[in-house]
Amino acid sequence: MAHTTEPTPVVRALYHDDDVLISAVKEIRAAGYKISEVYTPFPVHGLDKAMGLKETRIAMAAFMYGLLGLTVAVTLTWYMMISDWPQNIGGKPNYNWGMNMPAFVPILFELTVFFAAHLMVWTYLVINGLYPGADAQNPDPRTTDDYFMVELPAADGLVDVLKKSGAVEIAEA
Amino acid sequence: MHYESPVRQPLILGDKSYNQITEDVVRPIENPAPRSWWMVFSIALVMFLWGVGSLAYTVGTGIGVWGLNKTVGWAWDITNFVWWVGIGHAGTLISAVLLLFRQRWRMAINRSAEAMTIFSVIQAGLFPVFHMGRVWMAYWVLPIPNQFGSLWVNFNSPLLWDVFAISTYLSVSVVFWYVGLIPDFAMVRDRAVNPVQKHIYKILSFGWGGKAKAWQRFEEVSLVLAGLATPLVLSVHTIVSMDFATSVIPGWHTTIFPPYFVAGAIFSGFAMVQTLLLIVRKVFKMEDYITVQHIEMMNIIIMVTGSIVGVAYITELFIAWYSGVEYEQYAFLNRATGPYWWAYWSMMTCNVFSPQFMWFKKLRTNLVFTFVISIVVNIGMWFERFVIIVTSLHRDYLPSSWSMFSPSFVDVGIFVGTIGFFFVLFLLYARTFPVIAQAELKTILKTSGEAQKKHHSDHGAHH
Repeated sequence: MAHTTEPTPVVRALYHDDDVLISAVKEIRAAGYKISEVYTPFPVHGLDKAMGLKETRIAMAAFMYGLLGLTVAVTLTWYMMISDWPQNIGGKPNYNWGMNMPAFVPILFELTVFFAAHLMVWTYLVINGLYPGADAQNPDPRTTDDYFMVELPAADGLVDVLKKSGAVEIAEA
Repeated sequence: MHYESPVRQPLILGDKSYNQITEDVVRPIENPAPRSWWMVFSIALVMFLWGVGSLAYTVGTGIGVWGLNKTVGWAWDITNFVWWVGIGHAGTLISAVLLLFRQRWRMAINRSAEAMTIFSVIQAGLFPVFHMGRVWMAYWVLPIPNQFGSLWVNFNSPLLWDVFAISTYLSVSVVFWYVGLIPDFAMVRDRAVNPVQKHIYKILSFGWGGKAKAWQRFEEVSLVLAGLATPLVLSVHTIVSMDFATSVIPGWHTTIFPPYFVAGAIFSGFAMVQTLLLIVRKVFKMEDYITVQHIEMMNIIIMVTGSIVGVAYITELFIAWYSGVEYEQYAFLNRATGPYWWAYWSMMTCNVFSPQFMWFKKLRTNLVFTFVISIVVNIGMWFERFVIIVTSLHRDYLPSSWSMFSPSFVDVGIFVGTIGFFFVLFLLYARTFPVIAQAELKTILKTSGEAQKKHHSDHGAHH
């Protein structure tokens, strides 16, 4: 393939089946090459383990965001209903927040969910580099249809390993 | 590796490849709309515009143009609000609850069901907002520091709980839906030939490239969102029911309301999903993905939830008698035999009697019959809300103030307008969005595709 001015040339291998992809990823790593990225049209189960990716911690982030939402809800209901302007509403006891709390359960729940869901999705978009109008991250448009691409830095003997692993197309860039 | 019991029927019919799924899902987006689409869209648009006119008249003149009176202060507006919110429940139930229960049949229908949820909750939200009268002050329901007087919003009030529940539900449903849409928009972007179309889908797809780490996070985010949305969907109609249950009105003041409302919501929501999907699968030729098995599964849910609703109706009657409270007893006697008997018995027939046909496999796999029942159920559920609201109010503790309610042309106009608005949104969606979650569906092709399953059962013995 044509040589470009890029400092570190990469090799891109296309596969046409998810099972072949998984075994190829295992073979490539066993041969000692480091895979920099894999692009797939759908979540291929077991791919993250085959690639040796760490588990995502986004669920833990969502839990923290939920706690934040709960704190906001407690603060909001305490300040507005107990501290700043207490009122007699239907005779509900409101000497302190705890006594009035049963009436706040729906608000506590909704704000917990609101914060957990929205902040988690914002986090997800930011860490994946997704925003409206961003350029497509996949180098080959076929990888959102039915092709699977492995991207890795060029190295000696790599092309042979890729061919043997079942790649249907190999390109250097 | 991709094994599923041969007892389970295939969820994707025919001999499909990954590419074939792509082609089938983008076909409605890449091809011009059929004439039938334009006809239905025009009708929906006219209905919507009638609704806009009725709302403009309401805002310009005041709530007095509705049919409300001193005794019946809530009628069609709240009926329609609860009806639309209820319809909205099926989408999240399909995408969240069925995800947690690992029901694979949800994948072909969750995208459209979620779209339906979002569009119907938008309709629902219009009613309380316009019932405020001075809509430009709608932001007073938000807990913001205000200079108009030193009062805050009242967190003890179910009406304010509703504000928080509905807005959380709508916004969380939107992000849940959109997270799933991003990879599918990327697929449309990568195929688009027309530069304008390519640019629009580039914006919508947020640059998605299907990186392995992104997919790993995608699955985790979907699972956590499902976990959050499941209690959320149950909380929404629970809180809606508290609007009634916390007031001391015979016929409303009952502890059975939360589960009874949630069951009714799922019931009507699934009926609306049936109505829409039976049309979508036919018009867009999606019969291989939205199969008769999918329709049958939903019919079973309709039958179960319809029966739960029936038990709730009977329990209400029993408790009214057993309570010994004469006002409570009269409220129910008046519902069944009073001037609104026709609404009560329409409700009973549509909601309790009609779903019982679904016990028969022949009927629940019959598409025309399903379509008819799905419409009947939604009519019944509208009557349920009308019965609960109007018949409980129209004869209160003081017989001298008893009255009847009849809707004005503005009430009718707004209701028809929301139906039009709903269909305008849904029809635009069906032409421009991938109506099937194709990326997710591709993950089950090897286990649940018809040709793939057949291949397994033919060759399975060798492994």
